Amino acid sequence: MAAVAFENVSKTYDGKTSVVDNLNLRVREGEFLSMLGPSGSGKTTCLMMLAGFETATSGEIYLGERPISRVAPQRRNIGMVFQNYALFPHMTVAENLAFPLRVRSFSKADIAPKVKRALEMVELAHLGDRLPAQLSGGQQQRVAVARALVFDPNLVLMDEPLGALDKQLREQMQYEIKRIHDRLGLTVVYVTHDQSEALTMSDTVAIFNFGKIQQLAAPDEIYETPCNSFVAQFIGENNMFSGTVCERSEGFCKVRLANGDEINALAVTDAPVGAPTLLSLRPERMRVDPPAGDDWTITTGEVIEQIYVGDHLRVLVRVFGHHEFVVKMQNRSAGNGLTPGQKIKLGWRASDCRALDAAAGQAGAA
Amino acid sequence: MMSGMIADTRPHAGELDGVKRRRVLQQYRRSQRRDCLRALALVAPLCIFLLVMFGWPLVTMLTRAVSNDDFGAVLHRTSVALAEWDGTGTPSERVYADFAADLRQAHDEQTMGQVTSALNFEWTGARSLLMRTVRPLSTEPENGWKEKLIETAPDWGNPDLWVLIKRLTQPYTSRHFLAALDLEQAVDGSIQGVGPEKAIYVTLFLRTLWVSAAVAGLCLLLGYPLATLLARLPLKTSNLLMMLVLLPFWTSLLVRTTSWIVLLQDNGVINSMLVWLGLVSEGNRLSLIFNVTGTLIAMTHVLLPFMILPLYSVMKSIPPSYVRAALSLGASPITAFWRVYLPQTIPGVLAGTLMVFVLAVGYYITPALVGGQSGQLISNIIAYHMQQSLNWGLAGALGSLLLVGVLLVYWLFNRLTGGQGLRMG
Repeated sequence: MAAVAFENVSKTYDGKTSVVDNLNLRVREGEFLSMLGPSGSGKTTCLMMLAGFETATSGEIYLGERPISRVAPQRRNIGMVFQNYALFPHMTVAENLAFPLRVRSFSKADIAPKVKRALEMVELAHLGDRLPAQLSGGQQQRVAVARALVFDPNLVLMDEPLGALDKQLREQMQYEIKRIHDRLGLTVVYVTHDQSEALTMSDTVAIFNFGKIQQLAAPDEIYETPCNSFVAQFIGENNMFSGTVCERSEGFCKVRLANGDEINALAVTDAPVGAPTLLSLRPERMRVDPPAGDDWTITTGEVIEQIYVGDHLRVLVRVFGHHEFVVKMQNRSAGNGLTPGQKIKLGWRASDCRALDAAAGQAGAA
Repeated sequence: MMSGMIADTRPHAGELDGVKRRRVLQQYRRSQRRDCLRALALVAPLCIFLLVMFGWPLVTMLTRAVSNDDFGAVLHRTSVALAEWDGTGTPSERVYADFAADLRQAHDEQTMGQVTSALNFEWTGARSLLMRTVRPLSTEPENGWKEKLIETAPDWGNPDLWVLIKRLTQPYTSRHFLAALDLEQAVDGSIQGVGPEKAIYVTLFLRTLWVSAAVAGLCLLLGYPLATLLARLPLKTSNLLMMLVLLPFWTSLLVRTTSWIVLLQDNGVINSMLVWLGLVSEGNRLSLIFNVTGTLIAMTHVLLPFMILPLYSVMKSIPPSYVRAALSLGASPITAFWRVYLPQTIPGVLAGTLMVFVLAVGYYITPALVGGQSGQLISNIIAYHMQQSLNWGLAGALGSLLLVGVLLVYWLFNRLTGGQGLRMG
């Protein structure tokens, strides 16, 4: 049974444009699901509907088996971590943690050990008497997590909780939240616009755009096999170039490019012969001086520029006439660089080049 | 390991050796001094303005409340002569002679007014008494001045009057402050309350206090929900509504007051409406203006923006996620408001209340226009003493007491907010 289910949920603010468009989504018990997408894609609205601060225009949301459209936020028993933490500034850390228990009329004797345990869980047992303003950003974040968990909610929502932290702290907190999730077996719905956060923490990632889920899959699947051109462009780096399908065979297709060249690609789209397609190719899947093989596509290119990044080199190469490809090269030994103007042989496996729908960013197959 | 070694060899920023440290300190001070001077130069015009237009009048007012200079200066010979008098029986012939000489000189120099008015506050009928006395002073008496003066007016044989005159010739006096508190100094020097027919200032002070507190309370009651709404609305709508809030500021005081009179008078809009609706009978029209009710209504209206603005600015700085967080943690909307929202608006509540209260304590024009007799506040009586009775000493004393009261309230406020002081957002 799903812990959370969205059934045909739509939301519009003005009656004209849908912020969330006929959404269906199931979250398993104990699952860590991330909603990832550009701003305005509807992910935060979904979270707010789940928390009860927004109401769906149509459709129903279920918490377990219970429809919750008519349940007030305070009766949903959902823990929430806010973007700005929303720790009550006039209460100490311990009072903040005791708040959800006090409003549930727990006795003082019950509250104290629960608060203590929650503080220990986030390793802040010594800071119970401090006011939130006296804590660092990371500490406030942990208090916010502890407060959302102290009353044993059925579900925990997190709205970009790490957005205000610096990079190093963010990575540490990602690990801590993940650890708490695994230990307590929580069901978490996590909203973020940081893709590396979504990929590293989640069991499942839902990619949002235009109020629709573009792809719902495990992180590796999202990265390796994007199902449409929006996901391909949104997640990681991709070389995108367009062409026309000129031949379809078992799983593969032949695509004619603008300069007349024809290359093999994995047919993800069901576009018929003669239809336009958008090809995507990850920079790290391309090799300079590739090995010969049947399933390899090999072409020549001209080096335009080389950027030194440290652990790898980014090489800008002109191929197929006017397309500029980014190629990632491992920095295996010093001085293996290429010079601008140099002609190189460039190759990739045909299966790494994915033929997707033509219109990137349009509401596509979900 | 690496980072540790690097950290050890690096000189600490704070540690400089003696000579260098002194030089750095010197340079630092010099650079600070320049900043300090520039800051001073920037505020200098305002400081000078405040000193001349505010500080100096304030000091003058305070000194007037305790000074007796004019009286003693006009009667300077008398005051010297009276210094030797022990206060029992009538003074010696010399005092009477000096007094006559002083009065004659004052009459010639037309400085009698200062003597007359000061004495008149303390001694009933002093004005006519002095008038009567001055006229026959031109001719030398046969049996000395003492006999002649007592002959002209028997009051001059009353030692109490001379005690009073001696007291008035002292350079400093507490009589204005005593009068402001409905007290007076008896002839024997003890302090006693004035008769109930003369006691008006304490009542006025108390009325001013409760009216100000009531106005502040009404403003809070009306302003809090409105400020909450304004802080929640999108900026475009809230700006429009804020204009309406500020409208009283932009309307002429007279227009505002006249509108209140139109609305509230016995045959005004509100009374007519109530009679028409049958809620009030024709004979029992409510008296809503030219009394303390009118003062309360009009002052609440005028001072409401001073409550709303600090409340709004504090509420605007509270993100909506706090109340949402409280709800998501299981609090009912009422608990969320009471335990999470309200405590965070306290600085605004205190700032607004203090501001309205302090402004109301000193409010003058509105009570003067719509207050009638029962709606007059202490400022109205201060104005009366400044402009009509010309008892500036008493006006100064009343003003000083008001100032002390306001400072006391401000001190209390600072204690309440834990030294944060006024927060305007």
